[in-house]
Amino acid sequence: MSELRLMKGNEAIAEAAIRCGADGYFGYPITPQSEVMERLMELRPWESTGMVVLQAESEVASINMLYGGAGCGKRVMTSSSSPGISLMQEGLSYMAGAELPCLVVNVVRGGPGLGTIQPSQSDYFQSVKGGGHGDYKLIVLAPASVQEMADFVELGFDLAFKYRNPALILSDGMIGQMMEKVELKPQQKRWTDEEVEKMHPWATTGKPASRDYNIITSVELDSEAHEVFNNKLQVKYREMEEKEVRFETTDVEDAEYLIVAYGSSARISAAAIEILRDKGIKVGLLRPITLYPFPTKEIQRLGAKMKGILSVEMSSGQMVEDVRLAIEGKVKVEHFGRYGGVIPSPDEVADALEQKLIGG
Amino acid sequence: MSVLIEDIKKAENLVHKKSSVLTDKVMHYCPGCSHGVVHKLLAEVIEEMGIQDKTIGVAPVGCSVFIYNYLAIDWQEAAHGRAPALGTAISRLRPDRFVVTYQGDGDLAAIGTAETIHACNRGENMVMIFINNGIYGMTGGQMAPTTLEGMKASTCPFGRDPQTDGNPLKITEIVAQLPGTNFVTRQAVHSAAAVRRTKKAIRKAFEKQKEKTGTSFVEVVSTCSSGWKMNPVDSNNWMEENMFPFYPLGDIKDV
Ligand SMILES: Cc1ncc(C[n+]2csc(CCOP(=O)(O)OP(=O)(O)O)c2C)c(N)n1
Ligand code: SF4
Ligand SMILES: [Mg+2]
Repeated sequence: MSELRLMKGNEAIAEAAIRCGADGYFGYPITPQSEVMERLMELRPWESTGMVVLQAESEVASINMLYGGAGCGKRVMTSSSSPGISLMQEGLSYMAGAELPCLVVNVVRGGPGLGTIQPSQSDYFQSVKGGGHGDYKLIVLAPASVQEMADFVELGFDLAFKYRNPALILSDGMIGQMMEKVELKPQQKRWTDEEVEKMHPWATTGKPASRDYNIITSVELDSEAHEVFNNKLQVKYREMEEKEVRFETTDVEDAEYLIVAYGSSARISAAAIEILRDKGIKVGLLRPITLYPFPTKEIQRLGAKMKGILSVEMSSGQMVEDVRLAIEGKVKVEHFGRYGGVIPSPDEVADALEQKLIGG
Repeated sequence: MSVLIEDIKKAENLVHKKSSVLTDKVMHYCPGCSHGVVHKLLAEVIEEMGIQDKTIGVAPVGCSVFIYNYLAIDWQEAAHGRAPALGTAISRLRPDRFVVTYQGDGDLAAIGTAETIHACNRGENMVMIFINNGIYGMTGGQMAPTTLEGMKASTCPFGRDPQTDGNPLKITEIVAQLPGTNFVTRQAVHSAAAVRRTKKAIRKAFEKQKEKTGTSFVEVVSTCSSGWKMNPVDSNNWMEENMFPFYPLGDIKDV
């Protein structure tokens, strides 16, 4: 049965993971997301669904535990925040290279370095451009509410398995820590070992006499063969770009200006748009839900009608580069951001739009 | 009187049979390398226990990265040093399976030290096989955590000097101290008798896994004729004279 509850974004991740039938969570504590593992440990899902929850010795170990679990065809996940996600990049590259599905949640805090525990969106580049070594992409989902934190757990797993590729929920300390009403889906069954063996014949489940043995690997020393493999990955990424772009638009029908913003920034921008509209300035919002694949075509289509576009991010300007790439210089694209853990106010965003796009 | 080879190839004359778990692929190892012998023993144990369909292997980064070409069991190839982390998840998510990790000294005792210690300390139910050849074979003979004092390697060309290069690490003695290990042994494959003992040790490690009482750890002190720049016979002799005094053979822990 679905259930309506009030909880933090981080807790919603934990609840949704159990309910969607995840097989394993492996993680290492870091603020502002430690509630994910804390809640899982309180809920003791190993007694109800059989889900494994393990506190690993590091994020390096966590992501490699995901590799091992995913290699067995299991739905495995981890969560962390920026410094921990940096440590996972090697593992994510290996998983992309071995075509393994998994779900990683990044509740972003301000960097670089140890930085701050306050919310930020400064891991955009790391998330959407690959992050580790080699030519690969992660599927990146950007929740803007506690409800989406919960919903994107299942969506993330589904996309990860559909494409045999790691998926990332790119959240931030604000969405992770704030409490909101959330509708939790009814409990689903975990896949049985037999179901896994049928659905994922590539998984290492123990070689029966009926099939050749399976190898999960990312190594290929023959360059020609490795180029062929890389092309296969690229075909997969083009398919994601074709089929999996998700976004939301508001107030765009009559808009003369467009704000592009995701996650927390999209919520702040929505409030800024009300302020601007009260002043008679017609502004619309495009909120990318998938950051990879990026809603390039929609930004092109909508952007062509605009007098100016503002990319609002809690970073010094990362997503703005992709907006500019989409617009190809046809319309003015500016960036506004607060960063280092500072959250901009709607007034600041409204002022920035007036100053940067309309002119003081 | 001439004897035809066909006359000799009779069932009653066979003293050795290739394990059915070994594939027909030609191994890439250098002459005199211990890896191939240990692969063969692992294959034989898996065959004799009848657990080919129940065993999941984890390969390292090192010369044995392609072990998955030689043993016909399901394999996962890990990042350098991370095999015990993969093994942890595999064994927890498939407790009905035997999990075996196979790693070199650089993999297990340098870059992967944390994963090794913590997997053994948690007592993950898996067999860990550790090939200690005192050198980085795959990358061309650099110093390993286990390189002996005074031993030459390409990154300590005048011999390992503990003052500057640090000391050789006895990681097997460390994991033996951890509550999570149920069987810790150090073996070698330089003689027929030693090969038999190593096979027994690997078999015992797998049998121990039926108890689900923790990690079973088998070190094999090994030769790397290429990295050591010796012929196979000299390598074996050098290992006996130099490696065994520092890395003494025998069971370290059996509970
Ligand atoms: C992150 C990372 N660092 C370095 C390497 C390069 N590298 C490959 S194998 C290896 C050492 C292998 O030595 P060992 O584990 O002792 O195995 P052996 O080849 O001697 O059996 C190194 C340093 C790598 N593949 N990945
Ligand atoms: S380099 Fe050393 S470890 Fe590698 S195959 Fe040759 S002898 Fe074996
Ligand atoms: Mg070595």
